[in-house]
Amino acid sequence: MSAKTLFEKVWDAHVVAPETADTPAILYIDLHLVHEVTSPQAFSELRERGLRLRRPDRTLATLDHSTPTLPADASGERPYATAEAKAQVTQLETNCREFGVELHGWDSADRGIVHVIGPELGATQPGMTIVCGDSHTSTHGAFGALAFGIGTTEVGHVLATQCLLQRKAKTLAIHVDGALPAGVGAKDLVLHIIGEIGVDGGTGHVIEYRGAAIEALSMEERMTVCNMSIEAGARAGLIAPDETTFAWLKGRPRAPQGAAWDAAVAYWRTLCSDEGAVYDREVRIDAAKVRPTVTYGTHPGMAIAMDKPVPAARNAVEKRALDYMKSEPGKPMQGTPVDVVFVGSCTNSRLSDLREAARVLRGRRVAEGVRMLVVPGSEAVRRDAEREGLHQVFTAAGAEWRVPGCSMCIAMNGDLAQPGQLVVSTSNRNFEGRQGKGARTVLASPATAAASAVAGRIADPREYMTEAAA
Amino acid sequence: MKPITRIHSRTAVLADENIDTDRIIPARFLTTTERAGLGKLCFNDWRYQADGSDNPAFPLNQPQARGCAILVAGRNFGCGSSREHAPWALLDYGIQAVLCSEIADIFRNNALKNGLLAIVLDEAEHRWLLEHPGIELTIDVREQYIALPDGGRIRFQLEPFARHCLLNGVDQLGYLQQHGDLIDAFIREREDREAAIHGRTPQQDQSRLAGVTP
Repeated sequence: MSAKTLFEKVWDAHVVAPETADTPAILYIDLHLVHEVTSPQAFSELRERGLRLRRPDRTLATLDHSTPTLPADASGERPYATAEAKAQVTQLETNCREFGVELHGWDSADRGIVHVIGPELGATQPGMTIVCGDSHTSTHGAFGALAFGIGTTEVGHVLATQCLLQRKAKTLAIHVDGALPAGVGAKDLVLHIIGEIGVDGGTGHVIEYRGAAIEALSMEERMTVCNMSIEAGARAGLIAPDETTFAWLKGRPRAPQGAAWDAAVAYWRTLCSDEGAVYDREVRIDAAKVRPTVTYGTHPGMAIAMDKPVPAARNAVEKRALDYMKSEPGKPMQGTPVDVVFVGSCTNSRLSDLREAARVLRGRRVAEGVRMLVVPGSEAVRRDAEREGLHQVFTAAGAEWRVPGCSMCIAMNGDLAQPGQLVVSTSNRNFEGRQGKGARTVLASPATAAASAVAGRIADPREYMTEAAA
Repeated sequence: MKPITRIHSRTAVLADENIDTDRIIPARFLTTTERAGLGKLCFNDWRYQADGSDNPAFPLNQPQARGCAILVAGRNFGCGSSREHAPWALLDYGIQAVLCSEIADIFRNNALKNGLLAIVLDEAEHRWLLEHPGIELTIDVREQYIALPDGGRIRFQLEPFARHCLLNGVDQLGYLQQHGDLIDAFIREREDREAAIHGRTPQQDQSRLAGVTP
């Protein structure tokens, strides 16, 4: 048998009908994640056609995008941005009741950002196919699952048939050799990678991240890397599961137990690219060269080490991006004054991210005039963070500690920046207007975000890694 | 979906590269639970000025761009979020085809499923179209060419199944449902392996044979 890549192994295990010249493959989906924004029209379609869900037991819903991150008032009323946002949430509650879908709603101890709770619950497992009406579904690839975002029409297809019509993607191996320097993390690495291969460098491909620097990452860090695969145009990112993966999953509510666990691990161990497997493209990245990295333009490919000078615009579009950001060619991003700092999103809202930010903030204050929001990725993250007292570190520093949700990453729940404000954000997209009309987004790691909050300017977190006297 | 065989229109050009789906329809409008009526929000933050009037600097607000159904856009159109609201908004705004040298995967997929022709061209042909806004084109889906005013033709390739669905108005969910028996057999066979691999959930036994319709 010929050598296969990890992608090919997972793909082949899910083919219901193979692709032909005229027809795409019918691909079986193991786990369908659902949220309030991209599902209502799909449920309506099912209702109009008189269809039920094919696998309600393989469908998991949560509320995250339109939800307020300020708590409910004394009467239990939540401060939705608009009546429409509230109606959208109510619609998902109704749809889940009517179609028998497990919903992690307001009353659930597990509610949170869809890409945070899937792994937390152990619903995300190696070798699965996972989809969601959300481009950051690529996050789950950190476990060796083939996970990608789909549109609402396809959400309807999966709800009704548990299958999708798909053409097989090409493969791109990104080998990250060596080790990341001290004080440099997964977010710096993935911003560096996108800066290298470009915002469309992965279009048409599934990325497999491999190499010593990838193997050394924790699961949370691997999720950060895979999460941003879509920012290079790749629908999915994959990392072969290993001991780190198994240790992270063991004992989680939906993970296999007892003898089933052993059988699962035995299978999961086969999920790696075979020696001699051929990729359509390969790229090599030297981890030792990565420094604290931020974006300077209006897409994630415009990323650079914060101490390196911003490059000159090569065309009118880049010129427009630099003008929008007020980024000056020849000057580094480090030192740029900051108005807002956001720590959160499916990229960086897990416990380790909050610890990273708290480590910088402990015993320090957010600079005068800077607003800082810290939004945990899930109720579980919130509980764990509060158990460790991280919320007190944030509030003592002058930051706002919020209720879990997507918040300022997509800025559709009322959490947003004002026109012209510069936001240092741990999220994934720095598109024009993404965090509010006219808002200027600089993507960064949680450590860089926290250091910048303290300095009031974009700052190198390595200068804040020794804890200040409390 | 109604069949689409030909589109005839003048072109409008948005030359910017990397026009993301947030620019096509900003996230704050995604609280809708409907597909209809999003055209007025298409390119909202680019198209309108602060007072709500048309922004004269937005290329599609130019008089010669009005009513154009074919959009020639800069490379990597539709990158970013998977929101299907982007093709819904473009179609409702009057755009029936997007021509580009590279189109983001999820957007292209969503567009074709809604009858918005997302067509990838060679770089040289794309560049030529970017440099010649307002020309009359006919897009022939069956024969896969674009007819130019001088009689010349640009060839393109659509994924064969997408083309078949466009030409015949095929309902893709209906197509999947026709393979219900195959899907059921796959699930039954997989279930036994899954029980060992992923563990069995309590509802699984009830729903495994649930079928597509109630």
